[in-house]
Amino acid sequence: MNKPIAPAAPARDIKAIVNAGLAHRHAAERRFRLYGLVAISLGLAFVVLMFASIISKGYPAFWQTYIELPVAFDAAVIDPEGKRDPKVLENADYAALVRASLRSLFPQVEGRRDLRALYALASSSAPLQLRAAVLDNPTLIGSTQPVWVLASATVDTFVKGNIDRSLDETLRPIKDQDIAWVDKLRADDRLERRFNSILFNHGDSREPEQAGIRGALMGSFYTLLVTFLLSFPIGVATAVYLEEFAPKNRWTDLIEVNINNLAAVPSIVFGLLGLAVFINFFGLPRSAPLVGGLVLSLMTLPVIIIAGRAALTSVPPSIREAALGMGASKLQMVGHHVLPLAMPGMLTGSIIGMARALGESAPLLMIGMVAFIVDIPKGMFDPATVLPVQIYLWADLPERAFVERTSAAIMVLLAFMILMNGLAIILRKRFERRW
Amino acid sequence: MSTTPLEINTPLDGATTSSRASGNPLSSTQITDYDHRQTVGKITVDNPKMTCRGVNVYYGAKQALKNVSLDIGANEVIAFIGPSGCGKSTFLRCLNRMNDTIPGCRVAGEIRLDQEDIYDRSLDVVQLRARVGMVFQKPNPFPKSIYENVAYGPRIHGMVQNKAELDALVIASLERAGLLKEVEKRLEEPGTGLSGGQQQRLCIARAIAVNPEVILMDEPCSALDPIATAKIEELIDELRENYTIVIVTHSMQQAARVSQRTAYFHLGDLIEIGETDQIFTNPRHKLTEDYITGRFG
Repeated sequence: MNKPIAPAAPARDIKAIVNAGLAHRHAAERRFRLYGLVAISLGLAFVVLMFASIISKGYPAFWQTYIELPVAFDAAVIDPEGKRDPKVLENADYAALVRASLRSLFPQVEGRRDLRALYALASSSAPLQLRAAVLDNPTLIGSTQPVWVLASATVDTFVKGNIDRSLDETLRPIKDQDIAWVDKLRADDRLERRFNSILFNHGDSREPEQAGIRGALMGSFYTLLVTFLLSFPIGVATAVYLEEFAPKNRWTDLIEVNINNLAAVPSIVFGLLGLAVFINFFGLPRSAPLVGGLVLSLMTLPVIIIAGRAALTSVPPSIREAALGMGASKLQMVGHHVLPLAMPGMLTGSIIGMARALGESAPLLMIGMVAFIVDIPKGMFDPATVLPVQIYLWADLPERAFVERTSAAIMVLLAFMILMNGLAIILRKRFERRW
Repeated sequence: MSTTPLEINTPLDGATTSSRASGNPLSSTQITDYDHRQTVGKITVDNPKMTCRGVNVYYGAKQALKNVSLDIGANEVIAFIGPSGCGKSTFLRCLNRMNDTIPGCRVAGEIRLDQEDIYDRSLDVVQLRARVGMVFQKPNPFPKSIYENVAYGPRIHGMVQNKAELDALVIASLERAGLLKEVEKRLEEPGTGLSGGQQQRLCIARAIAVNPEVILMDEPCSALDPIATAKIEELIDELRENYTIVIVTHSMQQAARVSQRTAYFHLGDLIEIGETDQIFTNPRHKLTEDYITGRFG
């Protein structure tokens, strides 16, 4: 064994040979790094572009124009009999008060057409606002109060500078006459921009200035609640059974392949399935978050199962052996040791699956969650829509004021997405264990 | 390397082997035929705790253990040695049916614990593993507190009535594992935070907390430094009073230090078994001699 080992390569100047190839190797590495940088910068550029576009379009929607009207709460109009009967107060002609108030601001306006244009300055919600004020405080009747009412969407759009006043009158939605009134109101300090709480407190509306995302938010909440309550326990149980208990044979292989395939099925197919099974066969209500949640559960389940199995396999076998060696039964081994260790990974996978479900619209179109619904849903059986579908609905509408609301709704949706993904990252960092 | 017709027939009690002087005058080896695969030496003991007869283990189509028969005496330390892949760990894992967890693994033959067939259908594996504890090659404490690690076994088997009893049992087990002094002040700290040697002693404490009859140790010191190894070996020697210990080891010195009997495995066959002194000073089979003199393995 003491023979010197002969070199495998023929004796040549190894140093020179290596050096000759070195420049080439380094160049290849530099090129690769450059490609990576270019790819990342491109990706980041598009993300920045998207956010810039959405935010620049959407942020004006968080502000809304109000007009101050000197409203004379005329007893003759509101409560001619003077009994303060709530029923009478409720059915009084508050629109007349708004009209009278506008007339009092611009007494020179005459003629049906011009007057109608004048009345259109205030939102159609102004009479409702007056009614609420009177019902709340009947002593207002007989007095004259300054009241801030919503401006119409056209006025709001103009005030926000989204309508070019240098355009020809026939080409813009607001006429010269209206512009003169708005300028006058502005000069009198009767115009103000306030935070748009309506966007967050109201359901959908045909009038842009009264439209809000509350209905869609609640719809999304109930839908996701159903999705989570169904898909998380079922998904975790499936993952645990398949990974820890099921025998490895042709059937489980088949199931595994199918679950992986299900994760890749286009979501609209799940919508069709939901329509055929849940609505047509089981007769569940249309447009309900319950059905939406069922459909989204079908879609989220494979994601949770796959993430759950990955989390379970990442638990080291030594922990399983330790538990079994102590005489723990299989269920005890899983329940006491494997599942707690796999839980952070499972939760992360579930949250990411839920975030995907939150952004899903196509399958919900199929089950009727695309209807125009003004009422805010109060449960999982009420007709509802969800945020992405609301965005889709608003994006379809012609009014200029809906453009900014669409972007604002997208911002809210993105905020929730970022929140959920952030939560997933925090959970993972917080509870991750290393061996 | 299948079983060729045997030239030498060794009786199971191993009392006599036909002498076949080898070429090496320094060696007392009686069997020089490398293909001889029948166990040499006395496989039986007077008071057996476990008896194994004709154990065959298959991983799928591959046979990992061929017709192994031996006795494990009560309160003895028996060491299994042999080169990697010889089946010693496989055999160890048959003794508490840990092989059940490996898909495709099949065990044939008979293994009895106190005359009870442990592969009998009526015997619950949970009960078996409570009686035959195991310590693994890599220290594998649960990622829980030191206290919880030791308390786990008694708790799942319902061996204690109340917290005070459990506390006493945990303390006693740690004491017996020689770990109490080092961890007394930090029972609530995670067991994974201990050093490798301490972790392994924690695993031993965890195993003896359920008061098993037999403790199986699968290369318990292979991941430890010499000082930690010495402590574990000392512990094994003390534990012998109360337990039967089966230890698999790659270190022949360790086998010589801690065990009373030694079994040498080679490629799935039990080649030789006997008193540890005899195996290391006077091996009868050429394969054993080659191994212990470091010619391969």
